[in-house]
Amino acid sequence: MHTSIPATVQGEAQENPALLHHFATEQQQKDAASLGMWIFLVTEIMFFGGMFCAYLVYRYWYFGDFAAASSSIDLSLGTINTAVLICSSLTVAMAVRCAQIAKQKAIVVYLILTILLGLAFLGIKGIEYYQKFEEHHVPGQASFHLDGHIPRHPDVPVNQRHAQIYFSLYFAMTGMHALHMIIGVGLFSYLTYKAWKGVYGPGYYTPLENGGLYWHFVDIVWIYLFPLLYLIDRHP
Amino acid sequence: MASNVDALFVFLLVVSAMMSLLIFTMVIFFAVRYRRQPGRRAQQIDGSHALEITWSVIPFCVFIVFFIWGALIYFKERTPPADSTEVYTVAKQWMWKFEHMEGQREINELHVPAGRNVKMIMTSQDAIHSFFVPAFRIKQDVLPGRYTVAWFQATKPGTYHLFCAEYCGTMHSGMVGDVVVMEPKDYQAWMGGGGSQPLALTGEKLFSELGCVTCHRTDTQGRGPNLVGVFGKPVLLEDGRKITADENYIRESILQPAAKIVNGFKPIMPTFQGQISDEQLNALVAYVKSLGQQPSGPAKDVAAASPQP
Amino acid sequence: MATAVLESGERETYLNREYGIKSWLLTVDHKRIALLYLIGITFFFFIGGFFALLIRLELLTPAGDLVQADTYNKLFTMHGQVMVFFFLIPAVPAVLGNFLIPIMIGARDLAFPRINLLSWYLYMAGGVLMLYTILNGGVDTGWTFYTPLSTEFLKTNVVTAALAVFVAGFSSILTGLNFIVTTHRMRAPGMTWNRLPLFVWAHYATSLIQILGTPVLAITLVLVALERLFHLGIFNPSLGGDPLLFQHLFWFYSHPAVYIMILPGMGIVSEIVCCFSRKRIFGYKAMALALLGIAVVGFLVWAHHMFVAGISLYAALIFSLLSYFVAVPSAIKVFNWTSTMYKGSITYQTPMLYAFGFIGLFTMGGLTGLFLASLGVDVHVTDTYFVIAHFHYIMVGGMVMAYLGGMHFWWPKISGRMYPEGWGRLAALLVFVGFNLTFFPQFVLGYMGMPRRYWDYSHMPEFQILNVLSTAGATILAVRYLLPMIYFLWSMRYGKPAPANPWNAAGLEWMIPSPPSTYNFDEQPVVTWEAYNYDEIKEEVPVAH
Repeated sequence: MHTSIPATVQGEAQENPALLHHFATEQQQKDAASLGMWIFLVTEIMFFGGMFCAYLVYRYWYFGDFAAASSSIDLSLGTINTAVLICSSLTVAMAVRCAQIAKQKAIVVYLILTILLGLAFLGIKGIEYYQKFEEHHVPGQASFHLDGHIPRHPDVPVNQRHAQIYFSLYFAMTGMHALHMIIGVGLFSYLTYKAWKGVYGPGYYTPLENGGLYWHFVDIVWIYLFPLLYLIDRHP
Repeated sequence: MASNVDALFVFLLVVSAMMSLLIFTMVIFFAVRYRRQPGRRAQQIDGSHALEITWSVIPFCVFIVFFIWGALIYFKERTPPADSTEVYTVAKQWMWKFEHMEGQREINELHVPAGRNVKMIMTSQDAIHSFFVPAFRIKQDVLPGRYTVAWFQATKPGTYHLFCAEYCGTMHSGMVGDVVVMEPKDYQAWMGGGGSQPLALTGEKLFSELGCVTCHRTDTQGRGPNLVGVFGKPVLLEDGRKITADENYIRESILQPAAKIVNGFKPIMPTFQGQISDEQLNALVAYVKSLGQQPSGPAKDVAAASPQP
Repeated sequence: MATAVLESGERETYLNREYGIKSWLLTVDHKRIALLYLIGITFFFFIGGFFALLIRLELLTPAGDLVQADTYNKLFTMHGQVMVFFFLIPAVPAVLGNFLIPIMIGARDLAFPRINLLSWYLYMAGGVLMLYTILNGGVDTGWTFYTPLSTEFLKTNVVTAALAVFVAGFSSILTGLNFIVTTHRMRAPGMTWNRLPLFVWAHYATSLIQILGTPVLAITLVLVALERLFHLGIFNPSLGGDPLLFQHLFWFYSHPAVYIMILPGMGIVSEIVCCFSRKRIFGYKAMALALLGIAVVGFLVWAHHMFVAGISLYAALIFSLLSYFVAVPSAIKVFNWTSTMYKGSITYQTPMLYAFGFIGLFTMGGLTGLFLASLGVDVHVTDTYFVIAHFHYIMVGGMVMAYLGGMHFWWPKISGRMYPEGWGRLAALLVFVGFNLTFFPQFVLGYMGMPRRYWDYSHMPEFQILNVLSTAGATILAVRYLLPMIYFLWSMRYGKPAPANPWNAAGLEWMIPSPPSTYNFDEQPVVTWEAYNYDEIKEEVPVAH
């Protein structure tokens, strides 16, 4: 006879609180969770991939206009954001490490730091978007205008329609990225709560690890977005 | 050409019918012959590498025949002959507007001479449409923002259906017309009855009115390249690329002149985007194409005009 | 193997374990989730089917006299969207796959039961959005959403339709993710990859496509919605964009999508043919590799939908050639099924009749794909009824037949009841007449030049007779699709109780009671036999019941 384990999502009381009922061993559960997270990240690569594909096509066709548009976005803010995200990946990795060596309080500290850095990123992004709005660089608006000319061709003004395509992709790609950051912050809030409750330790830190994978992925997407959007044809 | 397509179709049909019949027969035969009978058990057969390879390779070889034959036809379909009579087409919701080189305009009806190659140079004013004449076995999507090309040679005089074959909104099914194929002499007569201005002449007038002639001169002093004889020839761009000057290149040069700068020239040409209609654009393209193409004698010298110092 | 007993003395099954709406809406049992999907899928099948009926009724006469042009355009759009995204893509994986895969591999559930439930909620949410779109005036972009028509020139509910498909797409992605992890990590001891039923292999291959392709459609639809809402120009030439970019991104998913639809059906046919021939499958390895081959090569052929769209000559040549590559593994499968019947001991129960139908109709549909892959012919027949006939042969003649065959085959397991065999056979045979009458004339219509998506063909009244034949067939199909629904429902009350293995079939699912208990197995099975071990099963299929 098997023990009566409820089949609905509400009850999960069993011998080992961490082992879910349909797995035979904890190792199987851990392996399944890891594989699941990696596959999910593959789907995310394909998801962002569509936009990267569109970006690559238009950058090839409209290079001059893209370069001009790229120079108009704030490089210092973008660089700061890149640093912020890289630091946040470090804090995530530290949190996982602390779980592995049973430093309960430190897990919470690092997770909170990660969330703060994520919020900082979103805040800076908000400032950037506001700047674009002020400068009339929001595509699809009648007031859109990108001043300037194609690099190395002072007599050729920027093609406004091509510049709008750049900004459409800029907002779509960074917007989608920011959405993933927001989801990440929410996810990490939940993980922080659980960590504070003492759920994670050397025997069980799979959610931290998988949450960390997600965060690292979002970071890597930014690492690609930054040079592609901010650094087109920039010279020292 | 249509008969070529039909021949391939019949070949495909015959092979498919044979294949279907083979499978159906075997399935039915096995189903009956090996139906459950008392005292007989099924015989387990794991598989056979030899069979798997055979029935992979043989079909594949047949498929390659389909591919090659189809590709040859397609190659011809996508390569209009140089001596084609040209008709400019503007598709819009929900009608076809044709303009012959001699200036005749038609809506939803296209008169063409039998026995001559006809090349359709087509663009759309709005959504994607598709130029489909089932009798000629041709179809080509018509896109906004660029030219696409289709060509045919009608052999038998008569009236043939023309359909729009790419869903384009409410009256997609109403965007139909006729291709009227006439004997050459009847076609000449029909042409003569027009009294309209040849397309290239309209283009020439526009070329002057819009000021193109001030920069695109026929001597070496122009700030823009000399356009005589440019059509169909290779053009060296300032970034080193070499492209062939086709209809799309001429169209792009008028609408987005900064996209491709000819080697040795400055990017000072203004854009005419939004200032001219598709029909006017067609006229200009027709005019530029006509430059240097003389009915007799060699074409004038090639487009590499000497740059402004 | 069933030992759990309820207070009432009845054996505990996944159906009687708990009653009440909450126990269903909050279930994480893969079997209950499968039934929840069954309700949704059946509902959308009939909605899509209803639209199809209206389309065929309009086409009885050349003039557009039943509905207005805009309405007709909405009908074929919504028929396509509902059928593709809310029936064909989820049907087999979400119903039969969900129910059977854990059992077939000896597991208690999928790897992520709660994500499974989430998948269902996403499907229903997408469905609600689709219903809203339909009821709020419909959408008329064509199921293909081509730009700039959909982003600039239509005034209908394009964004909500795109959103509905987007949400349903995530249901599909999560299901695929669940199946892949389940197959990798949850197999019982002894259930090696080489012993997996082909049904599981088929869903594995399908899941690979789902996770790799669907996200691309998702982002493309997001861009279309953004374009429409904010007047952007990513796919709009008048604003600097390229409509062909949309087509490439769209078809990059939508071609592999058709393999999402058919591969599970192929898995079902393998199970059925083996059982009713009492033989193991001919060429197990070849069949598994063919499934994977179709999935992989299927990602390389998308632009064969664009031969006349304005792509370059050389691109067209490459995609035509690759399209012929993908035909080879499909052919191998048909040959292998036929060979499995050789020297078998064959009976003709309803599932087997559906399998016969599948093999015949899928062969015909697949062969007409060869016509379309050939550039010279495709130029003539693309965007005509020839294409419509081609894909309906595969999707209706193939996939729907396989789905129904699977439903009949596993109905005793799912419900614990036998369906009435006589009615089952009648319905299966009727489909042949109805189906071929509906769709064969369309091949001819297409070659004669009747374009797709035409509300009114009064310029070509010569097309009428074939259209009338097609509509006649469609009415037969409509009646005949109602039959199984009626007698399945009937059987739940009045059908004969089913034994654990009514077909004496091979496979772990037949070793547990019908219907299964909630946890499928009392003890984790240890597998020591090969797949389709019909040599070890002495009994034949029981005769009539």
